[in-house]
Amino acid sequence: MQLANEKTPGMSDANSSKPLLRLKNVKQHFPITAGLLRRQAGMIKAVDGVDFDLMPQENLGLVGESGCGKTTLGRTILHLYRPTEGQILFKDVNLTQLKPSALRALRPKMQMIFQDPQDSLNPRMTVGSIIAEPLDEHSTLKGKDRSNRVEELLDAVGLNPRYTNRYPHEFSGGQRQRIGIARALGLNPEFIICDEPIAALDVSIQAQVVNLLEDLQEKLGLTYLFISHDLGMIRHISKRVAVMYLGKIVELGPAHELYSRSRHPYTKALLSAVPLHNPGREAKRERIILTGDVPSPANPPSGCPFRTRCPIAETRCANSMPQPKKLSLGHWVACHLVD
Amino acid sequence: MLSNPDSDVVLSVTDVVTQFDTADGRVHAVNGVSFDVREGELLGVVGESGCGKTVTMMSLVKLLPMPPGKIVGGSALFDGQDLIQADSDALKKIRGGKIGFIFQDPMTSLNPVLTVGYQLTEALRLHKNSSKSAARKRAVELLELVGIPMAKDRLDDYPHQFSGGMRQRVMIAIALSCDPKLLIADEPTTALDVTIQAQILDLIQILRKELGMAIIWVTHDLGVVANLADRVMVMYSGFIVERADVEKLYSTPKHPYTHALLRTLPQMEGERAQRLESIEGQPPDQLLQPESCPFSPRCVYSFERCTRENPFLEFVSEGHEVACWWDLENDRPREVS
Repeated sequence: MQLANEKTPGMSDANSSKPLLRLKNVKQHFPITAGLLRRQAGMIKAVDGVDFDLMPQENLGLVGESGCGKTTLGRTILHLYRPTEGQILFKDVNLTQLKPSALRALRPKMQMIFQDPQDSLNPRMTVGSIIAEPLDEHSTLKGKDRSNRVEELLDAVGLNPRYTNRYPHEFSGGQRQRIGIARALGLNPEFIICDEPIAALDVSIQAQVVNLLEDLQEKLGLTYLFISHDLGMIRHISKRVAVMYLGKIVELGPAHELYSRSRHPYTKALLSAVPLHNPGREAKRERIILTGDVPSPANPPSGCPFRTRCPIAETRCANSMPQPKKLSLGHWVACHLVD
Repeated sequence: MLSNPDSDVVLSVTDVVTQFDTADGRVHAVNGVSFDVREGELLGVVGESGCGKTVTMMSLVKLLPMPPGKIVGGSALFDGQDLIQADSDALKKIRGGKIGFIFQDPMTSLNPVLTVGYQLTEALRLHKNSSKSAARKRAVELLELVGIPMAKDRLDDYPHQFSGGMRQRVMIAIALSCDPKLLIADEPTTALDVTIQAQILDLIQILRKELGMAIIWVTHDLGVVANLADRVMVMYSGFIVERADVEKLYSTPKHPYTHALLRTLPQMEGERAQRLESIEGQPPDQLLQPESCPFSPRCVYSFERCTRENPFLEFVSEGHEVACWWDLENDRPREVS
């Protein structure tokens, strides 16, 4: 899917300021090897042509089911994997063409918060050294300044600054996630990818962490790409939402519009599948139950990736991939059957 | 032999207490839980991780590692016998027979080196003494019942050849194989995607109508039970803190914990909240013997009595029980008879 700049989905028509991050036809394909000689037998198209823009201080939600490529997309943006194709521009710098040293110099501006705070914190390091590690790598802070900065960061995420000498296992899940957030904030980033930051937490703790992320965004002027499968939480935290299916963005639009007037059949089904915590309302609601499973990204269907499960698919859906269409201000849909 | 006083009660649990002796001390996992499940009813059990919801269910059928686990007391009347007192031979006859199970992760609960057909017929041959061919025939019927296409051809496939949702359907088929009177489902849709979860929930609704068994559905997701359960009980720190008919629980929650939990959830419809309400603090340390209300340190309504006495579950209105000293509706301490 090659698009001219002015047609890139996610170009916020109302906002004239420059995007902080711009993705153009980003693809991430992983080879599948087979046999003794490890010959390439196929390709997993984890991310297959994604375009969007992210404005400064925006919070874009990226939703989709497991295996749709949302985490891979996040990691590709940060160049934890080199993209197979496409351009990723961060503040007008094309990251895909940077030398490793130049990319490393930019890394402090882009950080990530991971899903499982248990796995992303080294159990043998104290909290103080975990948070100070990025500082040691990328800043010149030493001695008293360094320890002051660590305490300041702990305080900023609502943990007691005296905890620097404790180990991760001494903290609860929610507190560990706060440590992960403190580490991400250390180098004053502008852009943070939150990859399912609340999925491993209990309901009563989720709200605490989400509120903290919102407060930090406001205080520090951060830009978030918020990856989640929790559609309710995305509605709460994101102003704009992108829906991903099998490596492609199928719908992107303002959250209020997407949740009330979604147009793509997949988005509609996804939203109707979320159980409401209101028994009376739930009974009256029309539910769309999709049949079958998500196809394998190693062997995606021809044409529209959703057509095998789509309740309204026609023959043309199998023939060509629908191009994103602009429906209203900032609302884009990739479906042949939407006008 | 004991008999159930209420004829339509399938399972009657009274005062089950389960503890674990660990290197750090004694963990008070379940602290006196009592409940009934009636014929054809779906009872939802909701709570956060560590609240004792799974341990309660596992205590009933002794699927706990013992030691360190220990069932200190209580009874569970099912089909004329007390499951807590029953010996392992008697339990073997009940588990997978009259009581079926569905667990959270279908990949870890299916044996990867045995075919789905073998695992489906195992219970039939053990509990019903079915012949090999009769069991296979029944297995095909079961796979068709749970909506697996080309059931006959898939009998000789291994679990890894099925997708996550299909594996969970296989688990459901195994659980249903011996026509259970009671089905215990422990977070059966937690590992699944929402569109697949919707398929499974839909299937369960159909099977319930068709087969009429009682179901206990354990979950942390308040949304899932809202459209499935007849009654819901909320657990916190090894206690049942609230139990009510499903509409009542969601429309007028009477325990501050349930009340707060429902308000921390972001809404899928209507006005978007400016800020999510949150429950401050952490769940209590279960190494300590609970003597006061376990929720009181996190409760905004907590007053002097809450730190002194642990409230007991009592009826406050028709079909609605709560364990709290505070009367949330009238905003004053509850008058106790």
